[in-house]
Amino acid sequence: MRLLLLPAVVVLAVFAAALGALFRWSVLEFIPGSLQTGGLTLANFRAVLAPQYLGAVRDTIVLSALTTVLTLVCAYPVAYALARTPSRWVRSLILVLTLAPFFTGAIVRTYAWVLVLGNTVVTWPVPMLFTERGVLVGLVHFSMPTMILILAAALSHIDPVYERAAASLGAPPWRVFRRVTLPLSMPGIVSGALIVFAWTLSAFPTPELLGGGKVKMIANVVKDLGLDSFNWPGAAAFAMLALALTLALLTVVGRVSTGRAT
Amino acid sequence: MLRAAVAAQLAFMTLPTVVVIAVSFNPTAILSFPPAGFSLRWYENVVTYPQFQRAAVNSVVVTAGAVLLALPVGTLAALALERARLRGRHVWASVLLSPLVVPGVAAGLGFLMLAAALGLLRSRAVLVAAHVALVLPFVVRSVWVSVRNLDPALERAAASLGATPWRTFRRVTLPLLRPGLFAALLFAIVVSLNEFVVSLFISNRVTEILPVAMFTYVVNYTDPTIAALSSLFIVATFVVVWLADRYLDLGRVFLQH
Repeated sequence: MRLLLLPAVVVLAVFAAALGALFRWSVLEFIPGSLQTGGLTLANFRAVLAPQYLGAVRDTIVLSALTTVLTLVCAYPVAYALARTPSRWVRSLILVLTLAPFFTGAIVRTYAWVLVLGNTVVTWPVPMLFTERGVLVGLVHFSMPTMILILAAALSHIDPVYERAAASLGAPPWRVFRRVTLPLSMPGIVSGALIVFAWTLSAFPTPELLGGGKVKMIANVVKDLGLDSFNWPGAAAFAMLALALTLALLTVVGRVSTGRAT
Repeated sequence: MLRAAVAAQLAFMTLPTVVVIAVSFNPTAILSFPPAGFSLRWYENVVTYPQFQRAAVNSVVVTAGAVLLALPVGTLAALALERARLRGRHVWASVLLSPLVVPGVAAGLGFLMLAAALGLLRSRAVLVAAHVALVLPFVVRSVWVSVRNLDPALERAAASLGATPWRTFRRVTLPLLRPGLFAALLFAIVVSLNEFVVSLFISNRVTEILPVAMFTYVVNYTDPTIAALSSLFIVATFVVVWLADRYLDLGRVFLQH
């Protein structure tokens, strides 16, 4: 039976080889104007701290944090309705409307926001397209399905009996939510927030198209360096940074969720 | 109040889709909403633009290749995960799902560098290889759910009645795994057809797939052609998700662990 894993191991080995190539390039010296490289160096990682790149790192973290908070607030009511609605029809409606954008692909979704933010529908009082505000709207929209599904899964595990008990003891609905539902859904909130934060850290199409070159996140710097400037070592170092941040956060998610289960 | 909040959020989720579809019927090259008339010229443009034709062929080739490889590979892995006496089953499971958590730009750049080292920069093989790795987690996860629900007694019954292991697999195991395999097929096709970030790094004008060609077009032109192509993608996706919900009950797949 164990042999059945072999083909999958081969696929994963190719994937690992790609990440290995990435790591190797990240520690090679960049010779400007060529794809030739010099000896081993850590200079590429030091370059991450240069002022023009540090701004991108800071913007990435700020945008990811804002996205996480806004997505949480926007997704919670939808997730609650999804988990609690008695109607199969309403559940299907919410699921299809939530999941379809999840599957429509980054380019289609982001292009749609180019239209909406670019004064096609309404004239915005402040510039939206090619600003951090616009990128933030796109990022929240992008993160909603993930957050809704994680929160709905957590909420559907809470027995409504607790809420009914609190209500029958005289707690007003707001209090029931604050003292019963919200604390019980905390594991979902924590893992949803961490996963959305980790994903947003490496967001690419949204800042690329909605930022229009004026808003740079880590992934956009990777593309600029790797595909436009042919500085593969520099791009690799930034990509390693994105990878390390994501893996560190997801390890925390793993700890949190298994910690709760045991 | 909850209802109003939910309705507002669903509107927020759906608004861009509605706008794209409306703009795609606009008769002029200037983007406007609501459209100033009705015209199918941008759909015509989608079908006749040579780069989209080439990219559509590439998309079909890459997705078909990736799905045909990932489906059996993932199914076997899912069977092993549930049935084999594995030490560290959880470790294996997270390793198999790991391509999901690697940032697209890291995987894309890595595959670009690997392809360069192997001299495969002009080949669609790299795209297929990358797509196999990227859809594998979805296949494993979908099929694993079905394997877990499969009662091994049914297979033992077939075996005890004299069926060979291959026959048991073909006549008992595979038919019982059908819902999981169907879900895996849908996921794999949808994920591969829409993959963009990794593909951007490892394709050129000759090998690029549709999302990459669309990205290039959006960056260079502003007419509603992409709105028309996006609308086609959106309609196809809605149909697939709706069918999946109808026949697979997505609520069961996504809301339970």
